Amino acid sequence: MNVGIVGYGAYLPKHRIKVEEIARVWGADAPSYKKGLGLREKSVPALDQDVITMSVEAARNALARSGGVDPREIGALYIGSESHPYAVKPSGTIVSEAIGATPAIHVADFEFACKAGSEGMFVAHGLVKAGLIKYGIGIGADTSQGAPGDALEYSAAAGAAAFLFGSDNLLARIEHTFSYTSDTPDFWRREYMHYPQHAGRYTGEPAYFKHTIGATEGVLERSGMKPSDFQFAVFHQPNGKFPMRVGKMLGFSHEQMEAGWLSPTLGNTYSGASPIGLSAILDVAKPGDKILMCSYGSGSGSDSFVFTVTERITEVQGLAPKTRYMLEHEPIYLAYGEYAKFRRKIRKAE
Amino acid sequence: MRDVAIVGVGIKKWGELWEQSLRNIFVDSALAAIDDAGANRIDSMYVGCMSGGLFVGQEHLGALLADHLGQGPIPGTRVESACASGGVALRSGLLEVASGASDIVLVGGVEKMTDVSGDEATYALATASDQEWEAFNGVTFPGLYAMMAVAHMHKYGTTREQMAAVAVKNHFNGSLNPLAQYPHPTTVEAVLGSVLVADPLHILDCSPITDGAAALILCPADKAAEFSGTPVRIIGSGFSTDTIALHSRADLSSLDAVTRAAQKAYEMAGKSPADIDLCEVHDCFTIAEIMATEALGLVEIGQGGKAAEAGETAIGGRIPINTSGGLKSKGHPVGATGVAQAIEAVEQLRGGAGERQVEDARVAMVQNMGGTGASAVVHIMEAM
Amino acid sequence: MSSARAWREYPQRYRYEAAVCDQCAKWFFPPRLVCDACGCREFTTKAMRRTGKVLTYTVIRVPPAPFKDQAPYVVAIVQMDDGPRLNVQVTDFVDGQLKIGLPVSLEFRKIYEEGEAGIINYGYKAVPV
Ligand SMILES: [Zn+2]
Repeated sequence: MNVGIVGYGAYLPKHRIKVEEIARVWGADAPSYKKGLGLREKSVPALDQDVITMSVEAARNALARSGGVDPREIGALYIGSESHPYAVKPSGTIVSEAIGATPAIHVADFEFACKAGSEGMFVAHGLVKAGLIKYGIGIGADTSQGAPGDALEYSAAAGAAAFLFGSDNLLARIEHTFSYTSDTPDFWRREYMHYPQHAGRYTGEPAYFKHTIGATEGVLERSGMKPSDFQFAVFHQPNGKFPMRVGKMLGFSHEQMEAGWLSPTLGNTYSGASPIGLSAILDVAKPGDKILMCSYGSGSGSDSFVFTVTERITEVQGLAPKTRYMLEHEPIYLAYGEYAKFRRKIRKAE
Repeated sequence: MRDVAIVGVGIKKWGELWEQSLRNIFVDSALAAIDDAGANRIDSMYVGCMSGGLFVGQEHLGALLADHLGQGPIPGTRVESACASGGVALRSGLLEVASGASDIVLVGGVEKMTDVSGDEATYALATASDQEWEAFNGVTFPGLYAMMAVAHMHKYGTTREQMAAVAVKNHFNGSLNPLAQYPHPTTVEAVLGSVLVADPLHILDCSPITDGAAALILCPADKAAEFSGTPVRIIGSGFSTDTIALHSRADLSSLDAVTRAAQKAYEMAGKSPADIDLCEVHDCFTIAEIMATEALGLVEIGQGGKAAEAGETAIGGRIPINTSGGLKSKGHPVGATGVAQAIEAVEQLRGGAGERQVEDARVAMVQNMGGTGASAVVHIMEAM
Repeated sequence: MSSARAWREYPQRYRYEAAVCDQCAKWFFPPRLVCDACGCREFTTKAMRRTGKVLTYTVIRVPPAPFKDQAPYVVAIVQMDDGPRLNVQVTDFVDGQLKIGLPVSLEFRKIYEEGEAGIINYGYKAVPV
């Protein structure tokens, strides 16, 4: 049975803050941050946006591209995020209710740092493949926070992407998957803590690079493919630099990675990062194109997928807002004060 | 139905009455009305109060206030129609006397608003809107009237300056009223320079938060001579409702319930707008006065702002509006407002309004409304 | 607001479910039990399209307590393309864009939170199309 994507959609907030604006407040050298991180600005959720609101809009966009799938036929919905609005109470129930998919549906919220979104995709597609459900949705969404002044503050951003999986009317087939996991404590957040901690440069070579390379090489071996067989590749993008560097280490070219490389102006959308990149690729892909996607989540693990785009892609690309459009159309820039208010960094009277 | 007269009125200084409780504020004015009428008994009473529950945590006001007024056994009815509670209480008392069920009825109104914080007062007042489909979205009463103002400006070209002219006029009138909460004159510049609350409304476009009460004594007109107060006949009464939610109205720039209530009152009184010598309207916001004067037929539709700016609605103008200072300057203890409007009409028709007196006043109208005009009540009175 | 009330209103706040009069086809949002146009008591549930246009609006600068953090914010009355009108916040517009007649579409947003520990109330806000 062929299983793959029946509908896809993303959602990005309109607000942005520039690296210069954050650097100004902390007395940091903006040019070196921009160069070091390879990013210029990041998205910021408004006070009325969170993982749930963005997931609803992304899921609606995915349904808009589904060719009329009845939401009541969706048998599973999984949201991966490290910023679920409730510590206890699922995000997924709200999203399922909002898209009209309740009550005959299995719902769970996933957490695995930045990999939780691809986990949701992996499990939803797996259940379709197992024949347990007709359709399943996997969503990656985050509104992550970096501690004020920390390097993470320049990149922690907000966005969501949703993928509806099924076995007919596909716009992209999933040919192979491979997951690569080990216990690698490079980044964490304890309960009740507002901001995460990270292990500095240890987050690089033994963490991001090792797992991304492991999962990608695994899926290439499993599929018998080589980098030049792909039209597109997208990797987890915690900043502008890592995905391009890991891609080049693996043998992918700038041209193959460019379409899904959003972090220079979007920032790191955590669980949303590689899924949103995939949505941007699908926006421009042509029938027959091969796409490689590989996520990375601290702690650590990577999920990789090989997709083949079908003829149907051209019919659906225009049925919902395209990801690059949401990224580039009339962004609203914030000063640090407004950003601090939006991100609730200001201590107020009780 | 019997003709009904007002034979006694009672009202005290309004404002932030820190030393007084709801019951005392009410009893103070009610006793003044009883004394003005020289009444030796009360058969029944109605009290308009919007939210004793949210403002002071006290409901069951009919029994409470009858008890504290020393009228223990009589029927005591609390009437709630948001900011129209006082006007609807007056209509209830009027119908009870007109029907013959009672002879001497006290109609009062009271609100004690300053025992809660500004936030809590905003919340309490917002319950007069549609809680589920308006207040839920964070809209406030100034916000709802601001949207009516924007619609009125868009449709008729009403200006910010015209709205400010309403505040200036009412504050001037209020400066002649010793009982007003804010008896200070103001200027167009001061109104437009005051802080924005909900664009385009500034704080000086809004009526204040007020503690206060007011009371009237009603009796059959043919028994009015038995009382000491100079009687005034109630010749018209109209009451109409509209959609509670502003957004459900066909026209956002008109007050249709006010128009319907006025038509009923004019019909019953056998009067037309040209017969009205003065009118107290519900100027919870300056735009509300503009729209109310239009709905009552006292100015042409769309011309309310121009009329205020041209002085047509000033004391001495073609149709004096809110000689008392209105809600704007006199204050707006919501449940008391409709009753206090009737007192100003009585004072004018008695010829006892002092510096505010409208010459040869024979027929007066009062218009009270709740929410954004979802309840509208209009009364017409005539000197006897 | 109680959890029960919030939950009761989900069909409208989450999915824009309206009631359409079986007799005269008038749309009601939120649904009602009796048609105010023809008196009919039978309705069919339909999801309202998410598009409409601004009829009037204001900027709330003095908000109720649960909305303090969001102020100033815009509230409008929107004429929906299917007929009903809504009181709704408008957000994500750029300078000079907000005006009477602006085409908007409803998005899923957080409306307010019951403090730090209470439930989060979600619903719709309008954004420029
Ligand atoms: Zn009907």
